Amino acid sequence: MAVTVAKERWTSKVNELVLGVEPNVIKVGGDSTLPFLFFEGEMPNRPVVALEVCDLEPEDWPEILKEAYAGVLGDPVAWAKKCVEYGADIVCLKLTSAHPDFKNASAEDCAKTARAVADAVNVPIMVIGCGIEEKDAVIMPVVGEALAGKATLMGCATPNNYKTMTAACMVNGHSIIASSPLDINLAKQLNILITEMGLAADRIAIDPLVGALGYGIEYAYSIMERARLGALTGDKMLAMPVVCFVGQEAWKAKEAKTTRDETPEWGDQARRAILWEVMTASTFAQASGAIFVLRHPESLKQFKAHIDKMMEPVKY
Amino acid sequence: MGLTGLEIFKQLPKTNCKDCGQPTCLAFAMSLAGGKASLDACPHVSAAAREALDSASAPPIALVKIGVGDNAIQLGNETVLFRHDKRFEHKAGIAVSVCDTMSADEIAAKVDQVNKLVFDRVGQTHNVNLVAVGNCSGDAGKFAVAVKVAAEKSNFPLVLMSEDASAVEKALEITAAKKPLVCGANAANVEAMTNLAKKFDVPLVIKGADLNELATLVEKVVGMGHKQLIIDSGAREVNKVMADQTQLRRQALKKFRPFGYPTIAFADNADAFQAVVDAGVYIAKYASIVVIESADPADVLPLITLRLNIYTDPQKPIAVESKIYEIGNVTADSPVFVTTNFSLTYFCVAGDVESSRVPGYILPVDTDGISVMTGWAAGKFTPEKITDMLQNTGIADKVKHRKVIIPGGVAVLSGKLGELSGWEILVGPRESSGIASFLKQRWA
Ligand code: B12
Ligand code: SF4
Repeated sequence: MAVTVAKERWTSKVNELVLGVEPNVIKVGGDSTLPFLFFEGEMPNRPVVALEVCDLEPEDWPEILKEAYAGVLGDPVAWAKKCVEYGADIVCLKLTSAHPDFKNASAEDCAKTARAVADAVNVPIMVIGCGIEEKDAVIMPVVGEALAGKATLMGCATPNNYKTMTAACMVNGHSIIASSPLDINLAKQLNILITEMGLAADRIAIDPLVGALGYGIEYAYSIMERARLGALTGDKMLAMPVVCFVGQEAWKAKEAKTTRDETPEWGDQARRAILWEVMTASTFAQASGAIFVLRHPESLKQFKAHIDKMMEPVKY
Repeated sequence: MGLTGLEIFKQLPKTNCKDCGQPTCLAFAMSLAGGKASLDACPHVSAAAREALDSASAPPIALVKIGVGDNAIQLGNETVLFRHDKRFEHKAGIAVSVCDTMSADEIAAKVDQVNKLVFDRVGQTHNVNLVAVGNCSGDAGKFAVAVKVAAEKSNFPLVLMSEDASAVEKALEITAAKKPLVCGANAANVEAMTNLAKKFDVPLVIKGADLNELATLVEKVVGMGHKQLIIDSGAREVNKVMADQTQLRRQALKKFRPFGYPTIAFADNADAFQAVVDAGVYIAKYASIVVIESADPADVLPLITLRLNIYTDPQKPIAVESKIYEIGNVTADSPVFVTTNFSLTYFCVAGDVESSRVPGYILPVDTDGISVMTGWAAGKFTPEKITDMLQNTGIADKVKHRKVIIPGGVAVLSGKLGELSGWEILVGPRESSGIASFLKQRWA
C-alpha cells in the first residue's frame, strides 16, 4: 500500500548567519524545514559546536572537566588552542574576569585577552561578557573594537544593554546574541529593538536562556520549536539561529557534578556527566538549536558523531 | 476527533421519531457532536452507520495496554505533534533488553538490575517499564527458558522479541496471563503471529520493511480482527527512525488509520554511548516504547529525566512540597532562603545553594507551582505567606539567627515582610546563580 508522505509546505526560512573571516568562515542557519526533516526542506548548514574558554580559572568546574584542560586553565590563549585541537568549530571566550565579584577587570584588559585569543586560533570566536548587564555595556564596545574585522559573535545583549552592544557590533562588523528568559515574545521584541537600530536581522542569534536536562529543558525546547515554526511561517523577527549555552547549564546539574561515591545509585560520574551534556545538546538539536556551546571535549566528539548521522538526509 | 453535527446527521435515520429523547434527528446529532449525548440513545441507527461514526470519532492514536497490575503501562492516545500545542499524553515506555543466549543467572542478574532502576525526581518516582527478552539464539526452547526466568524475576511486563511463531507460542504459554507485548509480526509471519496474539489476547508489534509495507500489514492484521497493535517502520538508524516516527505521528493525526497506533523504536546502535543518545531522540520524537540494551543507571537516568521533561504538561507546572529543605550539613547558623514551590524555581535555587558549598535551608512558599515573578504578579508570593512559613514550619527552632534571604526580583516585599515577620530581610541576587557570590559578600 503506497503511503502518501506528509510534507509541510513552509513559506520562509531561518536566516543564515556568517561568522569569522575567509578561509575560516562558519555558517549557521538557513534552514527551510524543522530540524533534520530533509524530506521537506533544506538544512544547508549543520549545527556547530563551540567549546568554552574563561579568562579566569574556573572554580566551580568538577574535576572530570578540569582534567581535560589540565595545564591551560589559567591561560586563555593556550586554552583556546586546546579547544581547536579538540575539534571546536568555534571558540567561545567568556570574560568572567570582568565580573565585579571576581577581578572586576577593565575593558582594556578584556579587550587585550579577546584579541590575543582571536589571533591565536584559526576558527571564528564568540565573546561573552561577564553577565552583569551594566558592566557588559562598558566592556563590550572596547572588546568589539579590538576585534574589529574578525566577524565574531558577541553577547549577551539584554533589553538593558542592547544599545551599546548593538552599536559595538554594527561599527566593528560583528554579530550579536540577544538573550531573553524563556519567553518567545520577549525574544521577538528584543530582535525588533536591535534591528530598529540598524543591525541586519541576519546578524542576530537568539539565546533563549536554555536549561539543562532535568532543569527546565522542556521550556527551552518548546520555545525553540515555536520560534522555528514562526520562522518557517514568515515571522522575520523569529528567524534567527538559536544559540544554546549547554555546557554551563549541564555542568551545574547535580547529575553531572556528584561523584560515584556520593551517588552510587547513579552509576559512573564521567559517563553520566558527558551524557548529561550531550543529551541536553541533542535534545535541543531536535528543537532547532544551531550553535552549541559545550565544555567537555568528549561531549563535543560524541555530539558531533550524533549530528553526522542526523545530517544524512532521509528522503522518501 | 470531532465530527460536525451535520456529518453525524447524514448517518442517522432522519425519521424524527423522538425515541432518543430529542425533538429531531438533527437536534440529536448536534448533541452528539457536542459530546452531550451517546449514540446508544438512538435505537434505530444502522450497524453500518454505527461503525462509521465509531471509527470517525475514535482518537487518532489508539490506546494500548501492556501488562497487568500496578506496573501495567498504557501507550498512545496522543493528539499533538508539538508538546506546546497541548501535551504528550502517555509517557514513552522504556524497555531494557536481555538475550536468551545469556545464562539463566546472567538474565536474573540483569533483570534484578532493571528492577532497581528507580529514581526520585521532583518528588516523584520514575522507573523503566519493560523487560524485553530477545530470541537471539533462534532456538524456541532457549527462548522459553529465558522468558520464564525473566517473568519470574521482573517487576515489569515483558516484551517477547522473536519472529518465530513457535517460539512465541511457547513463551506465551508460560506468560500470557501477564499480558506481555509480542514483538512481533512481519510480512513473513503475519498470519501466525496475529492468530497467536488473538488467541492469547495480547498486544502485538507489527514491523514493516518500510512505511508502505507497514500500512499494508496493519490493514491485514486489523482485517483479521486484532487491534491491540504497536507499529514499527523497520528503521534502525537514528536519522531514519526520526524521519519515520515523524511521518507516523503526522499521518496518525491526519487520521490515516493504519498508522493510528503507538510506535516502538530500538536504540541498538553498535556504539553504546550513541545508543543512549539515539534513545533520547526517540523519546523526544514520538516513540511510545524505546528499547535499550543498557541497564547502567548512568545511561538510564538521563533518559528517564528527559522523558519526564518532555512529557511534562506545559499547562500544568510541577510543584514541590512546601516545607523546609536542608541543603548540605546545615547548622543553627546556616542561611535561610525563601523561594516559590514551582519545581523549576526550587531546583534552580537548590542547585545554586548547593554549588555555593554553604549549607542552607530553603523554604519554598506554596504559590500553586508558579515562579517567583509570576507568583508575585499573581499575588501568590506575598509577605503574609512568607511570614506564615517563617513562623509555622519550625525554621525558627532550627536556626539561632533571624535573617532571611529573599529573591532579588521581589525586593519590594522587604519592608512589609520585615514588619510582619520580625525577621531581618536580606535582598538576595535576582538570579539564584548569584547566591554563591552573594553569600561570600553578605554571609560571613
Ligand atoms: C512562564 C511564565 C508564566 C507562566 C507560569 C509558569 C510558572 N510555573 O511559573 C504563566 C503563563 C502561567 C504566567 C502567567 C502570568 N505571568 Co508570567 N511569566 C512567565 C515567564 C516567561 C517565565 C517565568 C519562569 O518560569 N522563570 C524561570 C524561574 C526559574 O524563574 P524564577 O522563579 O524567577 O527564579 C529565578 C529568580 O527569581 C531567582 N530566585 C528564585 N528564588 C530565589 C530565592 C532567592 C533567595 C534568590 C536569591 C533568588 C531566587 O533565581 C531563579 C533562577 O534564576 C516570565 C518572564 C520571564 N521570562 O522571566 C513571566 C512573568 C514572570 N510573568 C508576568 C506576569 C505579569 C504574569 C501574569 C500576571 C500575566 C497575566 N496578566 O495574566 C500571569 C499570572 C499567573 C497567575 N495568575 O497565576 C511578569 C511579571 C512582571 C512583574 N515584574 O511583575 C513576567 C516577568 C513577564 C513580564 N515581563 O511581563 N507566567
Ligand atoms: S431516536 Fe434516532 S431516529 Fe429517532 S429521532 Fe432520535 S436520532 Fe432520530
